[in-house]
Amino acid sequence: MTQLALVIDLNVCVGCHACVTNCKEWNTSGSAGALSDDNPYGKDPTGTFFNRVQTYEVGQFPKTETVHFPKSCLHCEDPPCVPVCPTGASYKREEDGIVLVDYDKCIGCRYCSWACPYGAREIDEHQKVMKKCTLCVDRIYDENLPEAERQPACVLACPTTARVFGDVHDPDSEVSVAIREQGGYQLMPEWGTKPSNHYLPRRKNHVSYKKDELERVDNPLKKEDYQVDASEPSLDDVTSW
Amino acid sequence: MQPAFSVIFLTTLIGMGQGLFLALYTGQVYFVLNVVDKVSTDTFYSIGSAASLGLLILGLVASVFHLGRPERAWRAAAMWRTSWLSREVIILPTVMGLIFLYGLVHYMGWNLTVLTIGAVVIDLSLLIGLVATLAVFSLYIATGMIYACLKFLQEWHSPLTVINYILLGAVSGFTLATLIAAYNQPELIPFFAGWSIVLLVLAFIFRGASLIRNKRLRPKSTIQTAIGIRHNQIKQKAMGFMGGSMNTRDFFHGKTAFFLRSIKSLFIILVFAIPLIMLIIALLKPSVMILAIATVSMYLGLLAERWYFFAEGNHPQNIYYQAIA
Repeated sequence: MTQLALVIDLNVCVGCHACVTNCKEWNTSGSAGALSDDNPYGKDPTGTFFNRVQTYEVGQFPKTETVHFPKSCLHCEDPPCVPVCPTGASYKREEDGIVLVDYDKCIGCRYCSWACPYGAREIDEHQKVMKKCTLCVDRIYDENLPEAERQPACVLACPTTARVFGDVHDPDSEVSVAIREQGGYQLMPEWGTKPSNHYLPRRKNHVSYKKDELERVDNPLKKEDYQVDASEPSLDDVTSW
Repeated sequence: MQPAFSVIFLTTLIGMGQGLFLALYTGQVYFVLNVVDKVSTDTFYSIGSAASLGLLILGLVASVFHLGRPERAWRAAAMWRTSWLSREVIILPTVMGLIFLYGLVHYMGWNLTVLTIGAVVIDLSLLIGLVATLAVFSLYIATGMIYACLKFLQEWHSPLTVINYILLGAVSGFTLATLIAAYNQPELIPFFAGWSIVLLVLAFIFRGASLIRNKRLRPKSTIQTAIGIRHNQIKQKAMGFMGGSMNTRDFFHGKTAFFLRSIKSLFIILVFAIPLIMLIIALLKPSVMILAIATVSMYLGLLAERWYFFAEGNHPQNIYYQAIA
C-alpha cells in the first residue's frame, strides 16, 4: 500500500517561506476555488493557508539555535480527524493515503479541526467548508505536466531541498531511506496518530580525532622530529636498517 | 477552546428538554408502581411534553448557527458508525418524535392498556415513555461523547464529561418540572422538588470532581513533542504570520485567568447554590415565583457552566501559535 508523504529536513530549512507562498499560489488557483484572503494589505489580514513556516529558538542566549519549522497536514496513518466527521466529507484515500476533504459534502461544523492535535485544518470563511493540505493531489497525478513537476508545489519551491516527497511505505524510496538513515521522526507521537510526514533533525558533523591520529608514533624515515627522545633506538630503527 | 454560543445553547437547551421529559416519566412510573399517590393530570403531561419538545427544537435551531453549510445538514446522519456527532444528529429527531408521541397520547387521552402485571397497569404512554427514556439517555451519551472522545483534549476526555451532561441536564429538567407543577398541579411540587435536590447534590459532586480532576491535569503534549526537539528551553519566536487565522481564533478563549475563575464561581452559585436554597424554600412554602427564580438561575448558570467547560479545554494545537514576530 502506498502512503505519500513529505519528509522535511530541519537541518537545511532556512525559513524563507517560499513553500508557503507557492502552496498558497497553487491552491488558490485550482478548480476547487480560491483560498480566501481578507484584508491582505489591511489592518487585520486573515486567510486560509495549508502550510506555514514557524521559527523557534532553542537554548538560552548566547548558546542558541534558530530552528525553522514548516508545518502542514501530516497525513496521519491513523487520522483522528476522519472518524469524527459526521458526513464522511473527511476521508483518507485507500490508494495513496492522502487525507482529503470533499468540499461538496462538508457542512462546516469544525469538529474535525477540534479533533486534529496539530491544528492542520483551517476553515474557508467564504466557502464555509473545512480545507487542508491535499499534497497537491491535483498536481502529482497530472500527466500534462512534465514528470519532474508532478510534485507538491511546496516541494518544487524549496530552494534548499528541505522538502522531499515520496512513498513512505516503500522501503527503498528516497523518503524512506532519509527517514531511516537520518533519524526521521514524527510530531506528537504521544497521541498514536502515526503521522506520515516525517522531520529530519538538526545535525552537526563532529569529527573526533585521537591524539595518536594527529601525531605519528612511528617515524621510519626520521623526517619529522616528533619523537620525544630520538637518541634512543626505537623498534623501527631496529627493523629498518 | 473558544466557546461557541451556538453549541452552548444547543447542549444546555436539549439537556434541559431531555431532563424535563425524564421528570415527567419518573412521575408516571412512580405513580404506576404505587410509590406515590399523586397522579399527574393529562394536562400536566401535555404541557410538560410540549415544553420539552420546545426546548429540543430551540436547541436544534441554535445548532444550525454552528454550521457553515446548514443546507447540507442532512448529510450529517451518514457516519453513525464512527462519529458521535452523527449519532447525535440521528438520535435528536428520534427523541423529539418520541416525546411528541408521548405528549400526544396523554393529550388525546389514549389510555390503551397494553399489559397488566398483578395490580400494575401498563398503558400505551408508559411504553412509549420507556422507549423515549432509552432514546433520551442515548442522546445524553452521544452529546457527552462528542467531547469526551477527543483524547488529546484531556479536560474533556473523561467519563465525568458524559456523567455531567446527564446530571446537569436532568437537574435542570427536574427543576423546570417543579416550576410547571407549581403553575399547574401544586400537589406534585414536593415530588419534583425532592428529586431536583437529590440530582442537584449529585451533579455538584460530579461537576466538582471534574473541576478537581482538570486542575490536576498535566498536558501530555509539550513544545518538545510538538516540534520533536529534545531541549528544555525552546521558545517560539514566530508562528509564521502576523495576522490572525482560524488557529488563533477558534482554539483559545482569549480571556484572563481571573475572568475564567469568575465564571467558575458564577456558575457554582447560579447552578447549585441559588436553586438549592430556592428548592428548599419551595418545599416548605411553594410559590411560582421562588421556583421561577430557581429555574432561571439554573439555566443562566448552565450557560456559564458550558462556557467554562469549553474554555477549559486546552487544545494542543495552541502550542504552535504562541508568538508573533
